[in-house]
Amino acid sequence: MSASVTGGSRILAALEAVRDPELDEPITSLGFVTSCTVSLDGDAQVRLRLPTYFCAPNFAFLMVADAYDAVSVVEGVRSAEVVLEDHFAAAAVNSGVAARAGFARSFDGEAVGELHELRADFLRKAVMAGTDQVCRPLLAAGSDPLALVAMTLGELPASRELERLRQRRAELGLPAGDSAPLLIEPSTGAPVRDDAVPLHLRRARTTRVSIEANTGICRGMLRHRYGTRGLGEEDQ
Amino acid sequence: MYEKNGEKYFVVDSHMHYWNAAPDNWVEGAEQYARGWIECFHAYQGLGPPETHWTIEHFQKYSEDDLMKDVFEDGYVDVAIFQPTYLTEWYKEGFNTTERNATMGERHPGKFIYNTRWDPRDGEDGLKSLRHNVERYRSRGVKLYTAEWRQGSRGWTLKDPEAYRYLEACQELGIKNIHAHKGPTIWPLDKDAFDVSDVDHAATDFPGLNFIVEHVGLPRIEDFCFLATQEPNVYAGLSVVIGGLMHARPKFFAKVMGELLFWVGEDKMTFGSDYGIWEPKWQVEGLVDWDYPDEEEFSDYPRVSTASKKKILGLNAARLYDIEVPPECRLATGEGTPAAQDAAQGVSSA
Repeated sequence: MSASVTGGSRILAALEAVRDPELDEPITSLGFVTSCTVSLDGDAQVRLRLPTYFCAPNFAFLMVADAYDAVSVVEGVRSAEVVLEDHFAAAAVNSGVAARAGFARSFDGEAVGELHELRADFLRKAVMAGTDQVCRPLLAAGSDPLALVAMTLGELPASRELERLRQRRAELGLPAGDSAPLLIEPSTGAPVRDDAVPLHLRRARTTRVSIEANTGICRGMLRHRYGTRGLGEEDQ
Repeated sequence: MYEKNGEKYFVVDSHMHYWNAAPDNWVEGAEQYARGWIECFHAYQGLGPPETHWTIEHFQKYSEDDLMKDVFEDGYVDVAIFQPTYLTEWYKEGFNTTERNATMGERHPGKFIYNTRWDPRDGEDGLKSLRHNVERYRSRGVKLYTAEWRQGSRGWTLKDPEAYRYLEACQELGIKNIHAHKGPTIWPLDKDAFDVSDVDHAATDFPGLNFIVEHVGLPRIEDFCFLATQEPNVYAGLSVVIGGLMHARPKFFAKVMGELLFWVGEDKMTFGSDYGIWEPKWQVEGLVDWDYPDEEEFSDYPRVSTASKKKILGLNAARLYDIEVPPECRLATGEGTPAAQDAAQGVSSA
Protein backbone atom coordinates (compact mmCIF):
# COMPACT_ATOMS: atom_id res chain seq x y z
CA MET A 1 0.00 0.00 0.00
CA SER A 2 1.20 3.48 -0.69
CA ALA A 3 -0.29 6.86 -0.13
CA SER A 4 -1.61 8.62 -3.16
CA VAL A 5 -1.16 12.36 -3.29
CA THR A 6 -4.07 12.85 -5.65
CA GLY A 7 -6.31 10.75 -3.46
CA GLY A 8 -5.16 12.62 -0.36
CA SER A 9 -6.17 15.94 -1.79
CA ARG A 10 -9.64 14.60 -2.59
CA ILE A 11 -9.92 13.51 1.03
CA LEU A 12 -8.74 16.91 2.17
CA ALA A 13 -11.34 18.56 -0.04
CA ALA A 14 -14.02 16.41 1.57
CA LEU A 15 -12.79 17.40 5.02
CA GLU A 16 -13.27 21.06 4.18
CA ALA A 17 -16.98 20.43 4.65
CA VAL A 18 -16.44 19.29 8.25
CA ARG A 19 -16.72 22.06 10.80
CA ASP A 20 -15.85 22.55 14.41
CA PRO A 21 -19.45 22.94 15.59
CA GLU A 22 -18.50 25.36 18.33
CA LEU A 23 -16.32 27.65 16.21
CA ASP A 24 -18.26 27.22 12.95
CA GLU A 25 -15.05 26.92 10.91
CA PRO A 26 -13.79 24.02 8.77
CA ILE A 27 -11.45 21.69 10.63
CA THR A 28 -9.00 22.09 7.76
CA SER A 29 -8.65 25.88 7.99
CA LEU A 30 -8.41 25.62 11.79
CA GLY A 31 -5.34 23.40 11.41
CA PHE A 32 -6.87 20.29 12.99
CA VAL A 33 -5.96 17.91 10.12
CA THR A 34 -2.38 16.62 10.25
CA SER A 35 -2.51 13.93 7.61
CA CYS A 36 -4.88 12.38 5.13
CA THR A 37 -4.00 9.55 2.83
CA VAL A 38 -5.75 7.01 0.71
CA SER A 39 -4.20 3.79 -0.50
CA LEU A 40 -4.48 2.54 -4.08
CA ASP A 41 -7.04 0.07 -2.78
CA GLY A 42 -9.20 2.87 -1.40
CA ASP A 43 -8.40 2.72 2.32
CA ALA A 44 -8.47 6.27 3.63
CA GLN A 45 -6.85 7.43 6.83
CA VAL A 46 -7.18 10.81 8.50
CA ARG A 47 -5.35 12.12 11.57
CA LEU A 48 -6.82 14.94 13.60
CA ARG A 49 -5.49 17.05 16.46
CA LEU A 50 -7.12 19.62 18.73
CA PRO A 51 -5.88 22.68 20.63
CA THR A 52 -5.78 20.96 24.03
CA TYR A 53 -5.75 17.54 25.64
CA PHE A 54 -9.01 18.44 27.34
CA CYS A 55 -11.04 19.98 24.53
CA ALA A 56 -14.71 19.12 25.10
CA PRO A 57 -15.19 15.48 24.09
CA ASN A 58 -18.68 16.09 22.77
CA PHE A 59 -17.42 18.47 20.10
CA ALA A 60 -14.43 16.22 19.46
CA PHE A 61 -16.78 13.31 18.86
CA LEU A 62 -18.86 15.31 16.39
CA MET A 63 -15.80 16.31 14.41
CA VAL A 64 -14.39 12.79 14.23
CA ALA A 65 -17.79 11.35 13.29
CA ASP A 66 -18.42 14.04 10.68
CA ALA A 67 -14.96 13.50 9.22
CA TYR A 68 -15.63 9.78 9.01
CA ASP A 69 -18.90 10.40 7.18
CA ALA A 70 -17.37 12.94 4.83
CA VAL A 71 -14.45 10.71 3.88
CA SER A 72 -16.54 7.57 3.54
CA VAL A 73 -18.59 8.98 0.69
CA VAL A 74 -15.61 10.13 -1.37
CA GLU A 75 -15.62 8.24 -4.65
CA GLY A 76 -13.25 5.31 -4.63
CA VAL A 77 -12.93 5.12 -0.85
CA ARG A 78 -13.47 1.56 0.35
CA SER A 79 -12.84 2.09 4.05
CA ALA A 80 -12.23 5.09 6.25
CA GLU A 81 -10.36 5.48 9.49
CA VAL A 82 -10.26 8.71 11.44
CA VAL A 83 -7.86 8.96 14.34
CA LEU A 84 -7.99 11.72 16.92
CA GLU A 85 -4.60 12.10 18.61
CA ASP A 86 -3.32 13.53 21.89
CA HIS A 87 -6.71 13.79 23.56
CA PHE A 88 -7.82 12.40 26.91
CA ALA A 89 -10.87 10.72 25.37
CA ALA A 90 -9.22 9.71 22.08
CA ALA A 91 -9.66 5.99 22.63
CA ALA A 92 -13.39 6.24 23.35
CA VAL A 93 -13.99 8.69 20.50
CA ASN A 94 -11.97 6.79 17.90
CA SER A 95 -13.35 3.36 18.67
CA GLY A 96 -16.89 4.70 19.07
CA VAL A 97 -16.83 6.38 15.68
CA ALA A 98 -15.20 3.36 14.03
CA ALA A 99 -17.92 1.10 15.43
CA ARG A 100 -20.65 3.61 14.44
CA ALA A 101 -21.71 3.36 18.07
CA GLY A 102 -23.08 6.86 18.57
CA PHE A 103 -22.05 9.16 21.34
CA ALA A 104 -23.97 7.75 24.29
CA ARG A 105 -22.71 4.22 23.71
CA SER A 106 -19.15 5.40 23.19
CA PHE A 107 -19.22 7.06 26.59
CA ASP A 108 -21.21 4.46 28.41
CA GLY A 109 -22.40 5.73 31.76
CA GLU A 110 -21.13 9.24 31.20
CA ALA A 111 -23.62 10.40 28.63
CA VAL A 112 -27.27 9.66 28.16
CA GLY A 113 -28.09 11.46 24.97
CA GLU A 114 -26.83 12.13 21.49
CA LEU A 115 -25.56 15.50 20.42
CA HIS A 116 -28.22 16.77 18.01
CA GLU A 117 -29.52 19.43 20.34
CA LEU A 118 -26.03 20.66 21.17
CA ARG A 119 -25.22 20.91 17.50
CA ALA A 120 -28.47 22.75 16.81
CA ASP A 121 -27.75 25.22 19.62
CA PHE A 122 -24.45 26.13 18.09
CA LEU A 123 -25.93 26.30 14.60
CA ARG A 124 -28.40 28.87 15.91
CA LYS A 125 -25.44 30.85 17.21
CA ALA A 126 -23.81 30.58 13.81
CA VAL A 127 -26.99 32.00 12.28
CA MET A 128 -26.90 34.94 14.68
CA ALA A 129 -23.22 35.57 13.98
CA GLY A 130 -23.87 35.28 10.24
CA THR A 131 -26.68 37.81 10.55
CA ASP A 132 -24.16 40.31 11.90
CA GLN A 133 -21.75 39.49 9.10
CA VAL A 134 -24.24 40.33 6.38
CA CYS A 135 -25.99 43.21 8.15
CA ARG A 136 -23.00 45.23 9.29
CA PRO A 137 -21.88 46.22 5.79
CA LEU A 138 -25.44 47.35 5.04
CA LEU A 139 -25.59 49.43 8.19
CA ALA A 140 -22.13 50.85 7.58
CA ALA A 141 -23.31 51.90 4.12
CA GLY A 142 -26.09 53.86 5.74
CA SER A 143 -29.06 51.50 5.83
CA ASP A 144 -31.62 52.21 8.51
CA PRO A 145 -31.81 49.20 10.87
CA LEU A 146 -35.57 49.19 10.52
CA ALA A 147 -35.28 48.94 6.75
CA LEU A 148 -33.65 45.55 7.22
CA VAL A 149 -36.94 44.14 8.46
CA ALA A 150 -38.49 44.38 5.02
CA MET A 151 -35.50 42.90 3.22
CA THR A 152 -35.25 39.38 1.88
CA LEU A 153 -32.14 37.30 1.37
CA GLY A 154 -32.54 37.62 -2.40
CA GLU A 155 -32.15 41.38 -2.20
CA LEU A 156 -28.69 41.18 -0.66
CA PRO A 157 -25.54 41.39 -2.75
CA ALA A 158 -23.91 38.00 -3.24
CA SER A 159 -21.12 37.26 -0.76
CA ARG A 160 -19.41 34.35 0.96
CA GLU A 161 -21.01 35.45 4.21
CA LEU A 162 -24.50 35.39 2.71
CA GLU A 163 -23.92 31.94 1.25
CA ARG A 164 -22.76 30.72 4.61
CA LEU A 165 -25.77 32.22 6.37
CA ARG A 166 -28.12 30.53 3.92
CA GLN A 167 -26.40 27.18 4.48
CA ARG A 168 -26.63 27.41 8.25
CA ARG A 169 -30.28 28.39 8.11
CA ALA A 170 -31.02 25.54 5.73
CA GLU A 171 -29.29 23.07 8.03
CA LEU A 172 -31.64 24.12 10.80
CA GLY A 173 -34.65 23.84 8.52
CA LEU A 174 -35.12 27.60 8.58
CA PRO A 175 -36.16 29.58 5.48
CA ALA A 176 -33.08 30.24 3.35
CA GLY A 177 -34.41 30.98 -0.14
CA ASP A 178 -34.47 34.29 -1.98
CA SER A 179 -37.87 35.26 -0.61
CA ALA A 180 -36.97 34.47 3.02
CA PRO A 181 -36.76 37.48 5.35
CA LEU A 182 -33.26 38.63 6.23
CA LEU A 183 -34.02 38.88 9.93
CA ILE A 184 -35.52 35.84 11.64
CA GLU A 185 -35.45 34.36 15.11
CA PRO A 186 -33.15 31.35 14.81
CA SER A 187 -35.07 29.36 17.40
CA THR A 188 -38.44 29.66 15.64
CA GLY A 189 -37.82 30.99 12.16
CA ALA A 190 -40.32 33.78 12.79
CA PRO A 191 -39.56 37.17 11.25
CA VAL A 192 -38.17 39.74 13.68
CA ARG A 193 -40.66 42.47 14.53
CA ASP A 194 -39.84 46.15 14.13
CA ASP A 195 -39.52 46.87 17.81
CA ALA A 196 -37.20 43.91 18.33
CA VAL A 197 -34.72 44.86 15.61
CA PRO A 198 -32.17 46.90 17.61
CA LEU A 199 -31.82 44.21 20.26
CA HIS A 200 -31.72 41.45 17.65
CA LEU A 201 -28.86 43.14 15.81
CA ARG A 202 -27.04 43.83 19.06
CA ARG A 203 -27.30 40.18 20.04
CA ALA A 204 -26.11 39.10 16.62
CA ARG A 205 -23.05 41.23 17.03
CA THR A 206 -22.26 39.95 20.51
CA THR A 207 -22.65 36.36 19.35
CA ARG A 208 -20.22 36.95 16.52
CA VAL A 209 -17.68 38.54 18.87
CA SER A 210 -17.99 35.60 21.23
CA ILE A 211 -17.40 32.99 18.52
CA GLU A 212 -14.51 34.92 16.98
CA ALA A 213 -12.80 35.50 20.32
CA ASN A 214 -13.16 31.85 21.18
CA THR A 215 -11.72 30.88 17.82
CA GLY A 216 -8.80 33.19 18.46
CA ILE A 217 -8.04 31.46 21.74
CA CYS A 218 -8.31 28.00 20.19
CA ARG A 219 -5.99 28.92 17.33
CA GLY A 220 -3.46 30.37 19.76
CA MET A 221 -3.55 27.25 21.93
CA LEU A 222 -3.09 24.97 18.93
CA ARG A 223 -0.11 26.96 17.74
CA HIS A 224 1.46 26.86 21.17
CA ARG A 225 0.85 23.14 21.46
CA TYR A 226 2.24 22.05 18.12
CA GLY A 227 4.01 24.85 16.31
CA THR A 228 3.35 23.12 12.97
CA ARG A 229 0.75 23.87 10.35
CA GLY A 230 -2.14 21.56 9.65
CA LEU A 231 -3.17 20.49 6.15
CA GLY A 232 -5.23 23.27 4.63
CA GLU A 233 -4.70 25.55 7.63
CA GLU A 234 -5.49 29.16 6.97
CA ASP A 235 -4.57 32.16 9.04
CA GLN A 236 -7.50 34.06 10.33
CA MET B 1 -0.60 49.58 43.76
CA TYR B 2 0.22 50.67 40.22
CA GLU B 3 1.03 54.24 39.39
CA LYS B 4 1.05 55.77 35.94
CA ASN B 5 0.86 59.39 34.82
CA GLY B 6 0.15 60.47 38.37
CA GLU B 7 -2.84 58.15 38.71
CA LYS B 8 -2.84 55.51 41.44
CA TYR B 9 -4.53 52.18 40.81
CA PHE B 10 -5.41 49.95 43.74
CA VAL B 11 -5.12 46.38 42.44
CA VAL B 12 -7.18 43.44 43.65
CA ASP B 13 -6.36 40.19 41.90
CA SER B 14 -9.68 38.48 42.40
CA HIS B 15 -8.85 35.17 40.76
CA MET B 16 -5.48 33.50 41.32
CA HIS B 17 -3.95 30.21 42.44
CA TYR B 18 -1.09 28.55 44.28
CA TRP B 19 -0.92 25.01 42.93
CA ASN B 20 1.25 21.96 42.96
CA ALA B 21 0.83 20.02 39.75
CA ALA B 22 4.28 18.39 39.76
CA PRO B 23 4.63 14.61 39.37
CA ASP B 24 5.11 14.18 43.15
CA ASN B 25 1.46 15.17 43.55
CA TRP B 26 -0.02 13.01 40.78
CA VAL B 27 -2.45 10.26 41.79
CA GLU B 28 -1.26 6.84 40.74
CA GLY B 29 -3.27 5.63 37.76
CA ALA B 30 -4.42 9.15 36.89
CA GLU B 31 -1.07 10.48 35.74
CA GLN B 32 -2.22 11.15 32.20
CA TYR B 33 -5.01 13.42 33.45
CA ALA B 34 -2.80 15.22 35.94
CA ARG B 35 -0.21 15.79 33.25
CA GLY B 36 -2.78 16.68 30.59
CA TRP B 37 -4.45 19.21 32.86
CA ILE B 38 -1.31 21.16 33.68
CA GLU B 39 -0.07 21.01 30.10
CA CYS B 40 -3.40 22.44 29.01
CA PHE B 41 -3.00 25.31 31.50
CA HIS B 42 0.55 25.79 30.29
CA ALA B 43 -0.72 26.21 26.73
CA TYR B 44 -2.93 29.05 27.95
CA GLN B 45 0.20 30.76 29.26
CA GLY B 46 1.45 30.64 25.67
CA LEU B 47 -1.15 33.31 24.85
CA GLY B 48 0.72 35.85 27.00
CA PRO B 49 3.85 37.78 25.96
CA PRO B 50 6.82 35.47 25.23
CA GLU B 51 9.03 37.03 27.91
CA THR B 52 6.48 35.93 30.55
CA HIS B 53 6.47 32.25 29.56
CA TRP B 54 7.73 29.68 32.06
CA THR B 55 9.22 26.24 31.55
CA ILE B 56 6.75 23.42 32.17
CA GLU B 57 8.77 22.35 35.22
CA HIS B 58 8.48 25.78 36.80
CA PHE B 59 4.83 25.97 35.78
CA GLN B 60 4.02 22.67 37.46
CA LYS B 61 5.21 23.89 40.83
CA TYR B 62 6.18 27.46 41.63
CA SER B 63 7.34 28.46 45.05
CA GLU B 64 5.94 30.79 47.66
CA ASP B 65 8.80 33.20 46.89
CA ASP B 66 7.96 33.11 43.19
CA LEU B 67 4.35 33.94 43.91
CA MET B 68 5.13 36.77 46.32
CA LYS B 69 7.54 38.30 43.80
CA ASP B 70 5.38 37.84 40.69
CA VAL B 71 2.12 38.93 42.25
CA PHE B 72 3.02 41.57 44.86
CA GLU B 73 6.56 42.79 44.26
CA ASP B 74 6.50 42.92 40.44
CA GLY B 75 2.78 42.55 39.77
CA TYR B 76 1.40 45.62 41.62
CA VAL B 77 -1.26 43.57 43.42
CA ASP B 78 -2.43 44.93 46.78
CA VAL B 79 -4.76 42.10 47.79
CA ALA B 80 -5.06 38.71 46.12
CA ILE B 81 -8.03 36.38 46.35
CA PHE B 82 -7.25 32.69 46.26
CA GLN B 83 -9.75 30.60 44.32
CA PRO B 84 -9.35 26.92 45.16
CA THR B 85 -9.53 24.08 42.66
CA TYR B 86 -9.54 20.68 44.32
CA LEU B 87 -9.24 18.03 41.58
CA THR B 88 -8.32 15.47 44.23
CA GLU B 89 -9.07 12.60 41.83
CA TRP B 90 -5.93 13.57 39.89
CA TYR B 91 -3.75 15.33 42.47
CA LYS B 92 -2.99 13.64 45.77
CA GLU B 93 -3.15 16.74 47.91
CA GLY B 94 -5.47 18.52 45.54
CA PHE B 95 -4.51 21.01 42.85
CA ASN B 96 -4.86 24.05 45.08
CA THR B 97 -7.05 23.60 48.10
CA THR B 98 -8.26 26.23 50.56
CA GLU B 99 -5.92 24.72 53.11
CA ARG B 100 -2.84 24.83 50.91
CA ASN B 101 -3.57 28.42 49.95
CA ALA B 102 -4.14 29.49 53.54
CA THR B 103 -1.10 27.69 54.93
CA MET B 104 1.02 29.76 52.64
CA GLY B 105 -0.98 32.95 52.85
CA GLU B 106 -1.01 33.10 56.63
CA ARG B 107 2.69 33.90 56.55
CA HIS B 108 1.79 37.15 54.78
CA PRO B 109 -0.91 38.85 56.80
CA GLY B 110 -3.22 41.20 54.96
CA LYS B 111 -2.16 40.09 51.50
CA PHE B 112 -4.66 37.32 50.81
CA ILE B 113 -8.31 36.40 51.02
CA TYR B 114 -9.01 32.68 51.10
CA ASN B 115 -12.07 31.66 49.22
CA THR B 116 -13.34 28.17 49.72
CA ARG B 117 -15.63 25.90 47.71
CA TRP B 118 -18.62 23.62 48.00
CA ASP B 119 -20.41 21.01 45.98
CA PRO B 120 -24.09 20.32 46.76
CA ARG B 121 -23.52 16.61 46.13
CA ASP B 122 -21.55 16.49 49.38
CA GLY B 123 -24.75 16.85 51.42
CA GLU B 124 -24.49 17.36 55.19
CA ASP B 125 -20.75 16.66 55.30
CA GLY B 126 -20.15 19.39 52.76
CA LEU B 127 -22.13 21.89 54.83
CA LYS B 128 -20.00 20.98 57.82
CA SER B 129 -16.78 21.50 55.86
CA LEU B 130 -18.09 24.81 54.60
CA ARG B 131 -18.79 25.99 58.15
CA HIS B 132 -15.37 24.81 59.25
CA ASN B 133 -13.61 26.60 56.40
CA VAL B 134 -15.46 29.84 56.99
CA GLU B 135 -14.57 29.71 60.66
CA ARG B 136 -10.97 28.62 60.14
CA TYR B 137 -10.05 30.73 57.09
CA ARG B 138 -12.66 33.47 57.36
CA SER B 139 -13.69 32.81 53.77
CA ARG B 140 -16.00 35.41 52.28
CA GLY B 141 -16.35 33.87 48.89
CA VAL B 142 -16.55 30.50 47.17
CA LYS B 143 -15.47 29.14 43.83
CA LEU B 144 -17.91 26.68 42.30
CA TYR B 145 -17.48 24.23 39.42
CA THR B 146 -20.96 23.26 38.31
CA ALA B 147 -19.73 21.14 35.44
CA GLU B 148 -17.61 18.84 37.57
CA TRP B 149 -18.34 15.22 36.74
CA ARG B 150 -18.18 12.89 39.68
CA GLN B 151 -18.97 9.27 40.38
CA GLY B 152 -21.74 8.95 37.87
CA SER B 153 -23.10 12.43 38.45
CA ARG B 154 -22.73 14.59 35.38
CA GLY B 155 -22.47 17.95 37.05
CA TRP B 156 -25.04 20.05 38.88
CA THR B 157 -26.69 23.42 38.55
CA LEU B 158 -27.04 26.40 40.83
CA LYS B 159 -30.82 26.06 40.70
CA ASP B 160 -30.84 22.56 42.20
CA PRO B 161 -32.64 22.46 45.59
CA GLU B 162 -29.47 21.03 47.13
CA ALA B 163 -27.50 24.00 45.82
CA TYR B 164 -30.07 26.35 47.35
CA ARG B 165 -29.35 24.85 50.76
CA TYR B 166 -25.72 25.77 50.32
CA LEU B 167 -26.56 29.24 49.07
CA GLU B 168 -28.73 29.71 52.15
CA ALA B 169 -25.81 28.53 54.28
CA CYS B 170 -23.58 31.07 52.54
CA GLN B 171 -25.96 33.87 53.46
CA GLU B 172 -26.08 32.69 57.02
CA LEU B 173 -22.29 32.37 57.29
CA GLY B 174 -21.55 35.78 55.80
CA ILE B 175 -20.27 34.56 52.45
CA LYS B 176 -21.24 37.23 49.96
CA ASN B 177 -19.46 36.32 46.78
CA ILE B 178 -20.22 33.29 44.65
CA HIS B 179 -17.64 32.83 41.89
CA ALA B 180 -19.09 30.41 39.36
CA HIS B 181 -16.70 28.86 36.86
CA LYS B 182 -18.45 29.25 33.54
CA GLY B 183 -15.74 28.74 31.04
CA PRO B 184 -13.82 26.02 29.29
CA THR B 185 -14.81 22.65 30.76
CA ILE B 186 -14.42 18.95 30.11
CA TRP B 187 -17.53 17.39 31.58
CA PRO B 188 -20.39 16.67 31.51
CA LEU B 189 -20.09 15.13 28.14
CA ASP B 190 -23.47 15.30 26.53
CA LYS B 191 -24.86 18.37 28.20
CA ASP B 192 -24.12 21.93 27.44
CA ALA B 193 -21.52 22.49 30.10
CA PHE B 194 -21.32 26.19 29.39
CA ASP B 195 -24.93 26.92 30.14
CA VAL B 196 -25.21 29.98 32.37
CA SER B 197 -28.98 30.02 32.86
CA ASP B 198 -28.73 28.51 36.33
CA VAL B 199 -26.93 31.64 37.52
CA ASP B 200 -29.99 33.60 36.44
CA HIS B 201 -32.29 31.66 38.76
CA ALA B 202 -29.98 31.75 41.74
CA ALA B 203 -29.17 35.44 41.32
CA THR B 204 -32.88 36.29 41.28
CA ASP B 205 -33.64 34.20 44.35
CA PHE B 206 -30.58 35.36 46.32
CA PRO B 207 -30.41 39.10 45.78
CA GLY B 208 -28.12 39.48 48.79
CA LEU B 209 -25.36 37.42 47.17
CA ASN B 210 -23.07 38.53 44.36
CA PHE B 211 -22.54 36.13 41.49
CA ILE B 212 -19.23 36.59 39.73
CA VAL B 213 -19.18 34.60 36.52
CA GLU B 214 -15.54 33.70 35.97
CA HIS B 215 -14.22 33.64 32.43
CA VAL B 216 -17.47 35.41 31.45
CA GLY B 217 -19.00 32.20 30.17
CA LEU B 218 -16.36 31.64 27.49
CA PRO B 219 -17.04 30.31 24.91
CA ARG B 220 -20.55 31.61 25.42
CA ILE B 221 -19.96 35.25 26.21
CA GLU B 222 -23.22 36.28 24.56
CA ASP B 223 -25.32 34.10 26.85
CA PHE B 224 -23.54 35.54 29.84
CA CYS B 225 -24.07 39.09 28.60
CA PHE B 226 -27.78 38.60 28.06
CA LEU B 227 -28.07 37.15 31.54
CA ALA B 228 -25.97 39.79 33.28
CA THR B 229 -27.97 42.57 31.80
CA GLN B 230 -31.04 41.33 33.64
CA GLU B 231 -29.56 40.61 37.05
CA PRO B 232 -28.21 43.45 39.17
CA ASN B 233 -26.07 41.11 41.28
CA VAL B 234 -24.21 39.35 38.45
CA TYR B 235 -20.61 40.37 37.74
CA ALA B 236 -18.06 39.58 35.04
CA GLY B 237 -14.85 37.93 36.22
CA LEU B 238 -12.21 38.88 33.66
CA SER B 239 -9.80 36.02 34.30
CA VAL B 240 -8.79 34.53 30.93
CA VAL B 241 -10.31 37.50 29.09
CA ILE B 242 -7.31 39.74 29.75
CA GLY B 243 -4.69 37.00 29.98
CA GLY B 244 -5.90 35.03 26.98
CA LEU B 245 -6.79 37.81 24.58
CA MET B 246 -5.16 41.15 25.36
CA HIS B 247 -1.74 40.18 24.05
CA ALA B 248 -2.57 37.33 21.66
CA ARG B 249 -5.67 38.77 20.00
CA PRO B 250 -5.83 42.50 20.71
CA LYS B 251 -8.70 43.18 18.32
CA PHE B 252 -10.88 40.46 19.77
CA PHE B 253 -9.91 41.64 23.22
CA ALA B 254 -11.15 45.11 22.36
CA LYS B 255 -14.42 43.71 21.05
CA VAL B 256 -15.00 41.49 24.06
CA MET B 257 -14.26 44.40 26.38
CA GLY B 258 -16.62 46.57 24.35
CA GLU B 259 -19.38 44.01 24.64
CA LEU B 260 -18.85 43.58 28.38
CA LEU B 261 -18.73 47.32 28.94
CA PHE B 262 -21.96 47.67 26.98
CA TRP B 263 -23.97 44.83 28.51
CA VAL B 264 -22.47 44.47 31.97
CA GLY B 265 -20.85 47.83 32.62
CA GLU B 266 -17.58 49.00 34.15
CA ASP B 267 -18.94 48.82 37.68
CA LYS B 268 -19.39 45.08 37.42
CA MET B 269 -16.18 43.84 35.86
CA THR B 270 -13.42 42.46 38.06
CA PHE B 271 -9.77 41.83 37.25
CA GLY B 272 -8.32 38.38 37.89
CA SER B 273 -4.87 37.41 36.63
CA ASP B 274 -5.42 33.67 36.86
CA TYR B 275 -1.87 33.44 38.23
CA GLY B 276 0.10 31.12 37.80
CA ILE B 277 -1.33 30.86 34.28
CA TRP B 278 -0.38 34.49 33.67
CA GLU B 279 1.61 36.97 35.74
CA PRO B 280 -0.36 40.06 36.75
CA LYS B 281 2.38 42.59 35.84
CA TRP B 282 1.84 42.73 32.09
CA GLN B 283 -1.92 42.47 32.49
CA VAL B 284 -2.14 45.44 34.85
CA GLU B 285 0.24 47.57 32.78
CA GLY B 286 -1.54 46.58 29.56
CA LEU B 287 -5.01 47.28 30.83
CA VAL B 288 -4.05 50.73 32.12
CA ASP B 289 -2.57 51.55 28.69
CA TRP B 290 -5.41 49.95 26.77
CA ASP B 291 -7.93 51.67 24.57
CA TYR B 292 -9.95 50.63 21.53
CA PRO B 293 -8.23 50.65 18.14
CA ASP B 294 -9.05 53.83 16.28
CA GLU B 295 -11.40 52.18 13.80
CA GLU B 296 -15.03 52.55 12.90
CA GLU B 297 -16.15 49.16 14.16
CA PHE B 298 -15.17 50.10 17.71
CA SER B 299 -16.65 53.56 17.63
CA ASP B 300 -19.98 52.81 19.29
CA TYR B 301 -18.69 50.82 22.25
CA PRO B 302 -18.78 52.59 25.63
CA ARG B 303 -15.64 54.63 26.23
CA VAL B 304 -13.16 53.71 28.95
CA SER B 305 -11.72 56.27 31.31
CA THR B 306 -9.08 56.19 34.04
CA ALA B 307 -11.92 55.75 36.50
CA SER B 308 -13.24 52.74 34.53
CA LYS B 309 -9.85 51.07 34.79
CA LYS B 310 -9.53 51.84 38.49
CA LYS B 311 -12.84 50.14 39.09
CA ILE B 312 -12.00 47.10 36.99
CA LEU B 313 -8.51 46.62 38.40
CA GLY B 314 -9.45 46.83 42.03
CA LEU B 315 -12.18 49.11 43.30
CA ASN B 316 -15.08 46.87 42.26
CA ALA B 317 -13.61 43.78 43.92
CA ALA B 318 -12.58 45.83 46.97
CA ARG B 319 -16.20 46.81 47.36
CA LEU B 320 -17.44 43.23 47.01
CA TYR B 321 -14.93 42.03 49.61
CA ASP B 322 -15.02 45.06 51.93
CA ILE B 323 -11.33 45.75 51.38
CA GLU B 324 -10.15 49.11 52.68
CA VAL B 325 -8.86 51.27 49.82
CA PRO B 326 -6.24 53.95 50.63
CA PRO B 327 -7.71 57.43 50.14
CA GLU B 328 -5.32 58.34 47.30
CA CYS B 329 -6.62 55.41 45.25
CA ARG B 330 -10.32 56.11 45.61
CA LEU B 331 -12.46 57.75 42.98
CA ALA B 332 -13.07 61.44 43.11
CA THR B 333 -16.56 62.77 43.60
CA GLY B 334 -18.56 62.37 40.42
CA GLU B 335 -16.51 59.45 39.10
CA GLY B 336 -19.11 56.90 40.07
CA THR B 337 -19.53 54.15 42.60
CA PRO B 338 -17.58 50.91 42.23
CA ALA B 339 -19.63 47.73 42.01
CA ALA B 340 -22.85 49.69 41.71
CA GLN B 341 -25.65 47.28 41.00
CA ASP B 342 -27.66 49.42 38.63
CA ALA B 343 -24.95 50.01 36.06
CA ALA B 344 -25.69 47.22 33.66
CA GLN B 345 -27.45 47.92 30.39
CA GLY B 346 -31.15 47.28 30.61
CA VAL B 347 -31.26 46.30 34.27
CA SER B 348 -34.15 48.57 35.05
CA SER B 349 -36.21 47.60 32.04
CA ALA B 350 -35.58 43.85 32.12
